[in-house]
Amino acid sequence: MTAARRERIVSYAVLGVFCVLVLYPVLSIVLLAFHKRSDLVTGFSIPDSLDFSTFKTAWEEGSFNRGLLNSFIVAATVTVVSAVLSTLAGYAFGAMRFRGSDALFYLLLLGLIFPYEATVIPLYYVFRDVGLTDSLWALILPQIGLSVPFGTFWMRAFFRSTPSSLVEASRLDGASSFVTLWRVLLPQAWPAITTMLVLVFMWTWNEFLLALVMIQSDELRTAPLGLALFAGANRGTLDTTLVAAAAVLVALPVVIVYVFLQRSFIRGMFAGAVKE
Amino acid sequence: MAEVQSGRVLERAPGAPVAEVERRVRVRAPGEPRHVAYLYLAPAFFFYLLFAFGPLVYTTWLSFFDWDGLTVGHWVGLDNYEKVLNDPDIRASFVHSAVLILFFAVLPCMLGLLLASLIAHSRVRGVTFFRAVLFLPQTIATVVIAIAWTWIYAPSGPLNEGLDAVGLDAVSRGWLGDFNWALPALGLVGTWVYFGLCLVLFLAGIQKIPMSLYEAARVDGAGRLREFFAVTLPGLRGELAVALTLTTIYALRTFDLIYVSTQGGPGTSTTVPSVLVYQNAFSNGRVGLAASVAVVLTALIFVVAFGITRLVDRDPSR
Repeated sequence: MTAARRERIVSYAVLGVFCVLVLYPVLSIVLLAFHKRSDLVTGFSIPDSLDFSTFKTAWEEGSFNRGLLNSFIVAATVTVVSAVLSTLAGYAFGAMRFRGSDALFYLLLLGLIFPYEATVIPLYYVFRDVGLTDSLWALILPQIGLSVPFGTFWMRAFFRSTPSSLVEASRLDGASSFVTLWRVLLPQAWPAITTMLVLVFMWTWNEFLLALVMIQSDELRTAPLGLALFAGANRGTLDTTLVAAAAVLVALPVVIVYVFLQRSFIRGMFAGAVKE
Repeated sequence: MAEVQSGRVLERAPGAPVAEVERRVRVRAPGEPRHVAYLYLAPAFFFYLLFAFGPLVYTTWLSFFDWDGLTVGHWVGLDNYEKVLNDPDIRASFVHSAVLILFFAVLPCMLGLLLASLIAHSRVRGVTFFRAVLFLPQTIATVVIAIAWTWIYAPSGPLNEGLDAVGLDAVSRGWLGDFNWALPALGLVGTWVYFGLCLVLFLAGIQKIPMSLYEAARVDGAGRLREFFAVTLPGLRGELAVALTLTTIYALRTFDLIYVSTQGGPGTSTTVPSVLVYQNAFSNGRVGLAASVAVVLTALIFVVAFGITRLVDRDPSR
């Protein structure tokens, strides 16, 4: 009994230490953002008062209102469109049998693995030729293309886990394949769909390379791109409080969603890698 | 009238001979429309092929050209790949990636295994909370992480301040501006990000190992160390493969962290392949060379992804 208890105390201590290690950089940047430049902060320091003025300056100077809006437009479009496409494709892979299904599925699985580095070069030069660079489309279209593999993989796993008798019963009732999907399967699919939405939204929101390559105009910058350029521009003047406030603004939307839906996040992150 | 046969529902019209039903079944398996499947797949594949897989093929094609992005390129065969093999800067970037794999994949997995086995069976409460905290870095944009750590590593940042406070002034330095320390310093950021991912994965895996195995090991007089190698490690084989695959791929893909914090510097001490792809394709006008680096990088990622999966599949206990 005492051994078990000692073991438990050690466990808490170890977990506690690592939680502090994880939280320290996060909290120190949040606290830094509540300071003003004149405070000359160099380390972990708790501000005297809850002062949002640095956030306000960052919001206006870095035009982050615009950047956050752009990021939201891109992330929401990519998330919704790829969710619809993935649900349809996952339904086909998970609940139907057809010629070439394995080959097509493996072709799609490759998309889980390869990075934007492998596609961004031709995407840029082709988009430039057709006049799509420096537009939000240049971010939306490729990210739909690279989100669909995960979404389809994820929804296929869901549709496979639903009892096939449900589909068959519905079909015997004379329902078409779409009615079966819409009336019978989708009502149960929401937990799976939520996970997919949350993850694709996070990946799209945090994406950087594609925006760096495609976007030139200030008013089309996404939040992470704006932040990177803002930090670069402030490197000379070293106003770290302003950069910290901007960084918090960029990270906050996803972190808020994470706080409420952390189970979905964690479940989905691993699913991408766990091959059957 | 329906009868269930090996999980399938067959409908038989009254009076219809069983043989005829079976023939119909063989032609059209029950419950599943055939060709309509392609209709459901079409939109997803349209986007995937046009904006993801197609460009991958196009990148490969470009890697056989000498092209500056503006004028007409010309075919150079495997010349670009020869450069990838022989150019010292490009080779160095792959070596840097290997170093990052140590920090992004090997170190977090080892730490995760150690801690998971330490706390696995001590019935800790609030696991949900700890898990949520340890997983948090996964959700923060890498650009934000890069900015936070750039500040921590800065000449007058918290790390140096802490070192000064404990009397280690001699050690303190501008970590990301140091030729020897910049790469390990960035590597540790990766350890910070991915350690939680590994631990969460291993903790979930350990719960699935039957307690009886541990009890049997105890009865056999196995110590903590023997228990780890005989029970925990084999039991976590699948999880370990997943964690190693994911984190190794993340290490190879790293771009945001390095581009935002050091841009590959000082000198070329933190360049990685993805940074070279970006610089050559969009700043230096060596698009073909950039494409060949991208192809080699992607090939490495495929090797890692399939290689580690293979290793797990060979596990006799599965």
